Amino acid sequence: MAHGHAVKRHTGLMDWLTTVDHKKIGILYLIAGGFFFLVGGLEALLIRIQLWKPLNDFVGADTYNELLTMHGTTMIFLAAMPMLFALMNAIVPLQIGARDVAFPFVNALGFWTFFFGAVLLNVSWFAGSAPEAGWTAYAPLAGTTYSPGHGMDYYVIGLQIAGIGTLIGGINFLVTIINMRAPGMTFMRMPMFTWASFITSALILFAFPALTVGLAALMFDRIFDANFFDPSGGGNSVLWEHIFWIFGHPEVYILILPAFGVISDVISTFSRKRLFGYSSMVFATILIGFLGFMVWAHHMFTTGLGPIANSLFSIATMLIAVPTGIKIFNWLFTMWGGSIKFTTANLFAVGFIPTFVMGGVTGVMLAAAPADFQYHDSYFVVAHFHYVIVGGLILGIFSGLHYWWPKMFGRMLNETIGKLTFWTFFIGFHMTFFVQHFLGLLGMPRRIWTYLDGLGFNEMNLISTIGAILMGFGTIFFLLNVTITAFKPKNAVNDPWEDGRTLEWTISSPPPEYNFQQTPLVRGYDAFWKEKMEGKKGMTPAEPIGSIHMPSPSILPFFMSLGLFITGFGLLYSDGTWGSVGGIDTGYIIGAAGLLVTFTCMILRSLYDDHGFHIEPEDQHDGGVKA
Amino acid sequence: MSAHVEGQLPHEPEKATLEGRNKVLGFWLFLGGETVLFGTLFSAFLALRHQVLDGPPAHELFSLPLVAIATALLLTSSLTSVFATQALHRHDNKKLITWLIVTVLLGLGFLCLEIYEFYHYVKEGHGFTTSAFSSSFYTLVGFHGAHVALGIVWISLLIGQLAKKGLTVVTAPKAYVAGLYWHFIDVVWVFIFTVVYLMGKVV
Repeated sequence: MAHGHAVKRHTGLMDWLTTVDHKKIGILYLIAGGFFFLVGGLEALLIRIQLWKPLNDFVGADTYNELLTMHGTTMIFLAAMPMLFALMNAIVPLQIGARDVAFPFVNALGFWTFFFGAVLLNVSWFAGSAPEAGWTAYAPLAGTTYSPGHGMDYYVIGLQIAGIGTLIGGINFLVTIINMRAPGMTFMRMPMFTWASFITSALILFAFPALTVGLAALMFDRIFDANFFDPSGGGNSVLWEHIFWIFGHPEVYILILPAFGVISDVISTFSRKRLFGYSSMVFATILIGFLGFMVWAHHMFTTGLGPIANSLFSIATMLIAVPTGIKIFNWLFTMWGGSIKFTTANLFAVGFIPTFVMGGVTGVMLAAAPADFQYHDSYFVVAHFHYVIVGGLILGIFSGLHYWWPKMFGRMLNETIGKLTFWTFFIGFHMTFFVQHFLGLLGMPRRIWTYLDGLGFNEMNLISTIGAILMGFGTIFFLLNVTITAFKPKNAVNDPWEDGRTLEWTISSPPPEYNFQQTPLVRGYDAFWKEKMEGKKGMTPAEPIGSIHMPSPSILPFFMSLGLFITGFGLLYSDGTWGSVGGIDTGYIIGAAGLLVTFTCMILRSLYDDHGFHIEPEDQHDGGVKA
Repeated sequence: MSAHVEGQLPHEPEKATLEGRNKVLGFWLFLGGETVLFGTLFSAFLALRHQVLDGPPAHELFSLPLVAIATALLLTSSLTSVFATQALHRHDNKKLITWLIVTVLLGLGFLCLEIYEFYHYVKEGHGFTTSAFSSSFYTLVGFHGAHVALGIVWISLLIGQLAKKGLTVVTAPKAYVAGLYWHFIDVVWVFIFTVVYLMGKVV
């Protein structure tokens, strides 16, 4: 029954809407994540313009709250996570020698649910009220009493939908890495980026359901008048803090671990050395992931949990510095004695190390509970988490993008513009956030929309704003680089950096849709490098050339997610805004219609088996996906 | 993709193909996430269960005989779903379908009792918005009930597929993970019975 299933090949827009190819889904994640990175960046610039001088009236207090909330929410959920998923999708299957991910259909579904959740969240700007209670949505501020508009409804429902996408994406990568590795690719031979993606996916799996419950409970409070977080109904607002941070703290490790993975691969490649202390790197990654679940209450030192709880969470938090320190030293020792090439990717990686150390040091300072009472809710905290998230994660993503761009798109980014990007962004970053440590120590509280003259805040805020504009220029240089590169010939070779160590550099750039014509046989860590050292040009195949089975493209993931979007929209306006039909609120009817779309798609998917199609050996002449 | 002869299923057909193995592993991981989901719901309930305000307190509200019958139905359905999986491993499609039907019927019985129970509670003045106790009670037990309802729809569709397509390496993993799912919601119920109902009876 197998061979000769004709499959409809789509072109143009339909190709992108129906694709289940992990490389194309990676590109979709990159475009969507990149777009929201620009949106979040724009919001950041507006915040900085408002704060550049005392008593500024560029935006009002309400708008400022919306900008601040949407900046945080957008950057974490809609920019950073999808850009990481972009790299994971594009690279992880290649690094383990797999033809595809474990669940190509689910992979597409994950992207589209994220996308529609993200769109729903941002529709709030056009609907007249954006979320305004901070990205942490603390109760009772996020309840209907203090946030009466629809803004926080957009927050709970938009994030809920986007969260589903992230969760199933995480499960997909776990199964892919456990089940789909090429022969010989044992766990302790996996590249660090794959390891980091693996641990991150595990964290997603165990952290996101807590957010699901938290958002559901907040939604019930807001839309159905439940009493979870409302003290007048017997609810408990501290409960929200616990639920949010049980998710929220692992979330920051979900963000940073893949960046650690990128840095490990990039530094090792451009130092032309094996990664120093590979097994301790793996162990440190696992330990960080494990400890990440034990420290959530360090966000709540001033909530009043008492000295015992504070001490325990304080110590647990400081413990994380140990595996992180192991990583820092391993990167330094990898560079030590290496023959280092300072490409743009490596500049970002090397710039990452001291920047992240600074964020880590302020992290340990904040972990000391008594000192935290001073730092809490001040700009010191703002400086700290921007050092670890921008200085850690974003530098890591830039590094990864410059490093893997030829593999994803078949074209090398321009190195001169790349270096310009790095220096503008890097200097801009430190200008923006270094001074904020001192603003915090001077007593400037976070989340205020303006400040008085004569408090000593003026100069540093001005410096910070100029730095933010520089970061904006850095981002523009990157976009310029991408645009110029898009018009260059698609001529990247298999191993464009010439020092590639891992399996993705053994196949063409970009790879054909089946990745590996023959599954490679992996004979050690740094599989490709090992073959190079033995004078071989490529990998030894683990199987003869044969017909390759591929999954069929499908439009169902798009419609399943669209259904959820419609449901969310209906639920948002189920308060009588649109009247009622036959005694039932129109909002509920729209919501039910959306669910019907989603469930119909699910049933269709279940009833009609996807037999996929085969690519015969005579058709395997390396077409390469078109990017 | 496997070259098995029609009508001759391999041993453990749910794990005979890579797709099948992926599905089973992915489903186990999914259940790991579900555990966190219910863990969080339980935590919220435990934190709020004494906040009854003007509503009836748990020990006056709950009627153990009704809940005990519901529990018996659901636990029995877990047993019948084991029989279904055993039939799957014996490649006996007919028995598999029969036991799945029994499982679904028992699940339906449980669901009817739960709906009656909720209806009864609302009449007693224990509405969704009454207190933090009632909100967290309906959310926790309702999430479980929604899982049961979803399972019933899912397994019913699966029965149709098994009847039409027979037991193949494509349908076998579906039947197998449906069994895993059913056990999971059973285990959750055991915890609900203990934490919500039995502990609720302790004054």
